[in-house]
Amino acid sequence: MSVEAREARQPWILLSPALTAVGLLLFVPLMFIVVYSFWLRTATGADVAGFHLDNWAEALTDAFYRDILLNTLKIAAITTAVCALMGYPAAYFIARSQGNKALLLLLLMLPFWISYIIRTMSWINILGVSGALNGMLLWAGLIQEPIQMLYNEVTVILGLVHFLLPFMVLNIFVSLDGIDTTLEDAANSLGATRWQAFVQVTLPLSLPGLAAGGLLCFVLGAGTYITPLVLGGPTDAMFANLVFEAIITQLNWPLGSALSLMLLAVLGTLVVIYNRYLGMAQLMKGLG
Amino acid sequence: MNWGWQMIRGYAILVYLFMFLPVAVVVLLSFNASQFGSFPMTGLSLRWFVELAQNDAILRAFRTSVVLGLMTAAISTTLGVLASLALVRYRLPGANMISTLLIAPILVPEVVLAVALLLFLNFLGVNKSFALLLFGHVIFTLPFVILVVQARLVSIRRDVEEAAMSLGASPLQTFFQVTLPLMMPAVLAGALFAFTISFDDITGTLFWKPGGVETVPTQIFAMLRNSISPEINALGTVMIVMTVGLPLLGAAMARSLSRKSGA
Repeated sequence: MSVEAREARQPWILLSPALTAVGLLLFVPLMFIVVYSFWLRTATGADVAGFHLDNWAEALTDAFYRDILLNTLKIAAITTAVCALMGYPAAYFIARSQGNKALLLLLLMLPFWISYIIRTMSWINILGVSGALNGMLLWAGLIQEPIQMLYNEVTVILGLVHFLLPFMVLNIFVSLDGIDTTLEDAANSLGATRWQAFVQVTLPLSLPGLAAGGLLCFVLGAGTYITPLVLGGPTDAMFANLVFEAIITQLNWPLGSALSLMLLAVLGTLVVIYNRYLGMAQLMKGLG
Repeated sequence: MNWGWQMIRGYAILVYLFMFLPVAVVVLLSFNASQFGSFPMTGLSLRWFVELAQNDAILRAFRTSVVLGLMTAAISTTLGVLASLALVRYRLPGANMISTLLIAPILVPEVVLAVALLLFLNFLGVNKSFALLLFGHVIFTLPFVILVVQARLVSIRRDVEEAAMSLGASPLQTFFQVTLPLMMPAVLAGALFAFTISFDDITGTLFWKPGGVETVPTQIFAMLRNSISPEINALGTVMIVMTVGLPLLGAAMARSLSRKSGA
């Protein structure tokens, strides 16, 4: 074999273990559940192979699934919007700060390293019946009895925002940090107010970061089932909870496959649209 | 400093408080002497940490998490570093496509990944087991390792290796004596990242874990079913120290390593 041919083969040898892993542990399993979603769950418990449309008919037409899917998308959308409203000024502050930017960013990223389940349950300490907030209100005499503030849609969104905000801040920061600040000065010198300069120059230039952060928040938020279990009430199930129920509790794997693929189709469409217009490079910048 | 900037600063401080207060309360309450995991605090005590150290279920979960995390980190980092080398060092046709394929596991919702892997491996005869957990954690952490390692490999210059080769080192010698030491910070960062993500994972883990086996997050989740106890807060504090302390330590180590190697 010539030297060139060997040289050309080397990267593929280096790549093959990772590509094999992703192929065998992600892509083949995904294709497998497409097949599985057409199988049928029987009363005896064994799944019958074949081409049955029953699971898809149930997943696509049952109003119960549709309502929870819509509710999931609504919760993810609100979470994303709140993350953007909270995250943008914070990211702007870090990017334009005269102080130690790296330290400020690290501080806001620290919660990212703290366990998701710990951060989620930490709100019980704050909002629970015997939590900090009730304690303060009782002490101040504003209430006589503790109020149950937990286990509703608002606390689910609160938990999700707390979990996802660092993703948003990081992505916006990466975008803002790459903008030449002299552009704003130029706008100012041409007669724009600081606000006009921000709205017409900085904000548009930072939109790719906002979009990347938004995509991450939405997709991660819409795919969660732990937050509703910990911070939500009995009626706050999200779509991933249905998947968990079908697969783990009811052991109805064919239906669970169909439901998973529905979630993948909805969220995957968003990723594909994002990729089409903005590309993956921005997302990787924020993650890397 | 105009008032607009002051407002942004005030707002940012509120955002910081929002992120940190709940976590601070977890740490604070873990030192609470009271029976209940709640306010008012009746005094400072380490009793919940002592109870934690004597709780068999938690210790078992801890061991499972550490072993799983270490094995995940070892495998993910090996696969990730090799792939990153190929992506950074060679001009590959379709490199963008390959990158996207390799980070696909984080673009697919974790629940879907969990279901697909569980059903497929079960079909192949691999039941819910430690092996399934390990496969799951590897595939889920691999993209993060690749992103982190790739970002750091870019800064290693090739001419150092070319110099070693031109001075008579074999490709293998060059790799082990020049490239690998220069890569160490990237490798460590990738491994730490994989370990922390694996250690923290609950979404996939709940699908893959066999009955009776718990990792620390699933153990906390199971304990939350009853009520929030001071023990959970103490466990949370230990987790915070591990997942925040370790990466900070790792970052410090990586910095001193790269300073020594002059990169």
